[in-house]
Amino acid sequence: MLRRFSFLPIPLFLALCFAFFPSPLRAQEKPYIVTYDQFLEEPRSLEVEYFSTVGTQRGGNQFHSYWLELEYGATAWWTTEFYLDAQSTFNDSTVSTGVRWENRFRPLRREHFLNPVLYVEYEHVNGADKLLKEVEGHDVESDFALPNAIARREIKNELELKLILGSNFKGWNISENFLSVKNLAGEPWEFGYAVGASRPLALKAAAKRCNFCPQNFAAGVEIYGGLGNTASFGLQETSQYLAPVVAWNLPSGWTLRASPTFGLNGNSHRFLIRWGIAKEFSGFGDTLGKLFRGRS
Amino acid sequence: MKPHFVALAISGILLSVSLCFAQNKTRTEKSPQTIPHDYSELAKAPEKARLRPNPFEKDPDAVIAGQFLFENHCAECHGEAGVGGKKAPSLRAPEVQNASPGTLFWLLTSGVTRKGMPVWSKLPEAQRWQIVRYLKSLGPKSDSATETSNSSRFPSSPPYLRPTINTHLRFGPSSL
Repeated sequence: MLRRFSFLPIPLFLALCFAFFPSPLRAQEKPYIVTYDQFLEEPRSLEVEYFSTVGTQRGGNQFHSYWLELEYGATAWWTTEFYLDAQSTFNDSTVSTGVRWENRFRPLRREHFLNPVLYVEYEHVNGADKLLKEVEGHDVESDFALPNAIARREIKNELELKLILGSNFKGWNISENFLSVKNLAGEPWEFGYAVGASRPLALKAAAKRCNFCPQNFAAGVEIYGGLGNTASFGLQETSQYLAPVVAWNLPSGWTLRASPTFGLNGNSHRFLIRWGIAKEFSGFGDTLGKLFRGRS
Repeated sequence: MKPHFVALAISGILLSVSLCFAQNKTRTEKSPQTIPHDYSELAKAPEKARLRPNPFEKDPDAVIAGQFLFENHCAECHGEAGVGGKKAPSLRAPEVQNASPGTLFWLLTSGVTRKGMPVWSKLPEAQRWQIVRYLKSLGPKSDSATETSNSSRFPSSPPYLRPTINTHLRFGPSSL
């Protein structure tokens, strides 16, 4: 019998965040769902994010996968994130699919035309993982057709390395990610990529507080997919996706993202609808410091 | 191992490490006024960057827009009205107020990541210039700063456009 995953602690945690860290404002997020840009979380700020993907599935049941992401700015050059993943497959079950711990480092001190960020992630996930947080190796749609009871028996401990490159040009953000993933059980390195471009609808801020000002909206497009593995590198037998993306950064600190995603080849899911909601708690680290160490 | 336990263990480690890192630079409790802040980064601006003029220099709305942006992104560390705090220096110090707009724009864009100031190139260039315009409007901090009402500082602005804070500020020569 499948053990159902309880999300009960999550609303509890969020309620505590809102109660103890009611700090305002400060959302200026890019609209990407998969692609990482070069920007890190502000120091001592916590961003709580929820992302959701509903996907079509040929030869199986459609699914709804989701993750909770806690993103903390440890320093101005280091951001650390923790993920809790789960999915529900229609006419099947809801299962937890694992946890991830991710770190991003900005090695250069100054802003350049091309800004690198180094990314290291440890994943403890099972075979029922349907997040599509990235596409790697020879990931194909048919991988998702297995019933959860069978798929979740496979446990994977993976190390993921990513090179994130980001540029700003005339208001546009252009970000490129190159990723390699190693299953620590001894499987070959797998590769993937993601590229995104986005721009706020207005570059100049309005001289008033407003929710619907064009500078609060950003739109763009991202494309991502697998690149095979060390044994067979390339675009063959992988899935590829194209996704328009849009974000709404509310002055209250909330960010909403949405992205209809289209599979570009026969190995891809035909259509995914993805969305996310995020709230930033600035000064989280300071508040915790006061709580535990009595500092003002 | 149950995912809940893994999650809790990793969260605990993560939180501890992050907190240690975040707190280790504030061992000594001092008031904002007594904390010696380092403005030497300003001198590192390349000449080309220093000489860039602010395209919003003559835009009165830029001060108000810049103030909203400042409140959203900068005030948490630099304090409301830029008077500084434990985490970041005063932006009304002569070092800042005497710096060229291009220098401030360069610093805002590049950050001082090793000293805790993030890169702000995530904001569009126009918005960074609007923040610079606001910073330059603050003028140096003075203990004898006179109370100045919003209405006298923004005589041409309707009340709903006037900033809601900083009523204690004294504007410098580059103000509106």
